[in-house]
Amino acid sequence: MNALRRLGPALFAPVLAVVVAVVISSVVMAALHVNPLRVFEVMFDFGDTPSQQVTALVVIVNRAIPLFLAGLAVAVAFRMGLFNIGVEGQYRLATIMAAAAGAAVSLPAPLHVVLIVVVAMLVGALWAGIVAVLKVTRGVSEVISSIMLNFVALGLASYFLTGPFRGTAAGTQIVSTKEVPESGWVPSLNGILGALGLANPPRQLYGFLVIALVAGVGVAILLNRTRFGFDLRASGLSASAAVASGVDARGMVVKTMLLSGGIAGLIGLPDLLGSTHAYTTNFTAGLGFLGIAVSLLGRNRPGGIALAALLFAFLDRSLVPLQIADFPASVVTIFQGTIVLAVVIANEVARRVTRRAAERGTAEATEAGPTPGPGLTPPPGGSTDARQEVQA
Amino acid sequence: MMKAAALLLAGSMALAACASDEKSGGTASESSASGGGKDLKIGLAYDTGGRGDRSFNDSAYAGVEAAIKEHGGKLSELSPNADASNRADLLTQLADQGYNPIIAVGFAYGQDVVTVAKQYPDVDFAIVDSSAEGQGADNLTGLLFAENEGSFLAGVAAALKTETNHIGFVGGVDTELIHKFEAGYVAGATAVKPDITVDRQYISPEGDFSGFNDPAKGKIVAQGMFDAGADIVYHAAGGSGLGVFQAAAAAGKRAIGVDSDQYQTVDDPALQAVIMTSMLKRVDNAVQAYIDSFVDGSVKGGSDVINDLSTDGVGLATSGGFIDDIKSDIDEYKQKIVDGEITVPTEPTK
Repeated sequence: MNALRRLGPALFAPVLAVVVAVVISSVVMAALHVNPLRVFEVMFDFGDTPSQQVTALVVIVNRAIPLFLAGLAVAVAFRMGLFNIGVEGQYRLATIMAAAAGAAVSLPAPLHVVLIVVVAMLVGALWAGIVAVLKVTRGVSEVISSIMLNFVALGLASYFLTGPFRGTAAGTQIVSTKEVPESGWVPSLNGILGALGLANPPRQLYGFLVIALVAGVGVAILLNRTRFGFDLRASGLSASAAVASGVDARGMVVKTMLLSGGIAGLIGLPDLLGSTHAYTTNFTAGLGFLGIAVSLLGRNRPGGIALAALLFAFLDRSLVPLQIADFPASVVTIFQGTIVLAVVIANEVARRVTRRAAERGTAEATEAGPTPGPGLTPPPGGSTDARQEVQA
Repeated sequence: MMKAAALLLAGSMALAACASDEKSGGTASESSASGGGKDLKIGLAYDTGGRGDRSFNDSAYAGVEAAIKEHGGKLSELSPNADASNRADLLTQLADQGYNPIIAVGFAYGQDVVTVAKQYPDVDFAIVDSSAEGQGADNLTGLLFAENEGSFLAGVAAALKTETNHIGFVGGVDTELIHKFEAGYVAGATAVKPDITVDRQYISPEGDFSGFNDPAKGKIVAQGMFDAGADIVYHAAGGSGLGVFQAAAAAGKRAIGVDSDQYQTVDDPALQAVIMTSMLKRVDNAVQAYIDSFVDGSVKGGSDVINDLSTDGVGLATSGGFIDDIKSDIDEYKQKIVDGEITVPTEPTK
């Protein structure tokens, strides 16, 4: 009973969101004369042979890695109440700089990868740093400056690609930077799949998964177990209260944006170091904006963001089988949209339900009263998790 | 939160498990049906924009449709996701499902199709607008077009029709491919009138593909040319071309469309009236011819099929009847190109 009581509110929001999204999109599909049951069947069909099934999983995980990093980058700033909409420009500029740096030097394997990662994080952090400096010195809203710097970053990336960093000869239709030598590639994890007794798929599982996991765990520890993380979350909840208790607000803005930009710099690297090995004119764009949705869906927590990224990647993969089965691809777009909406609404509903329950609890006894302190949470997160964390 | 996550994951796993159980029966029967080599299963992977772009992708679809009418068989058509990051997956899945041949539409597939073609040596692939030569995949055919030759005729038509001895060219993105349009157009116009003024401008630089889908900028660029005295503007700018037509309608001047017969595909009668002709790129013919050769077993992989004026792979549209009076002149130039009397350049003179 006690366990159920504790788990109930935490589960309530995500389950409610998924159920609502499934119901709404089913209704829409039915209205479009598409059988929703068939659609879900196709979405969960990963193929007949073990090799196809593992390929499907690899495709999903490979897509989820950059989405996870993008969500993480957005979330770090979000937790402090900063909207870093410039993740898009930060990662595009960082990726081309990292690709150029990686192609320019030749180092032993681990050092080469480290250099590329460091360059990417530095460029991302510096680009985000401009936003922070503008905010603390001139009071420019980070929303405006980060959006506008996206255009500058994309223009710069385009200039570098076709100008100084151009690696392809004239006459090719897809322009790319020089290829990063093999010592700079991150090896795939297919060997581990084999060791687990799974079929070896033709697609390579990005080795960057390990780095992404390290980044996720690092951010979780930083936010929840350090003084810096506490200051960050406190500033996010109430800037004035944080300042009053001795937090250096300006310094926090700069540090948080640098961190967010540094993580943003990693977004393009799974693709760069795992498959393309060069920045090209058709390098994946738009991940920075998807990261905002992923972060929202994951309630700005690394664990939640990982799940949200997997969900988005899963939906993305199902686009292909759905089209092969003659279903309109827009079904997935509808599903994605309703999920994001449902999560936002469900979070709010769950927050109110918990608060009411907590108020009732305090009235009856004092043991389950809402405790301030470690349960600091940002706006869409709600106090549900705060209570869980406190009680756990 | 972690517990919630675990439960959610477990739930979805369970769902996945039962869903795939149900499914396996259906797919098995489907795939055994495709085993009998007689049924043609054509896979078509679209460029960004997908079906319904009234241009490139629709043209490819029309070609497959015509081929299916002739040979029978079925078609599966796929569009990439919003950021087009799953191009390789589209091709892989089609190959896994037993589709053969598989046609990739647009040069953006250029690298992915080579990779996938090497992974599936028993499947035939074709790529529109990208070369297969020297890529090391002998089951891949490139379907190329002599856009410079078609554009030459567009230049001839513009030079014959201009009253101000001043015409214009709007390119979408400053790339090799669009340079071919510009080079042919300028060569055609100067062949008729050596002293003609041709304004040339690109909407976005190389590496930034927004110029293919920015009607507002297309309008501004064309407006500038009309203001400067041009009276006919040819666009090779994809979706931005709509802006060029709008500018022509506003200025009371004329424009030349591209890729498909835009007189037929633009909805607005006011815009229809300004489209003097369109430079046709017969993706439909090329795709149909490729499937024909696949059916009779004469596909030559590892090489390119070049669709030019001699095969009617490119040409001018006559809808609206605006260029009927100069038809004989255009045909004359066309014949000279086919006979090799005129060689059309592929790179513009600066």
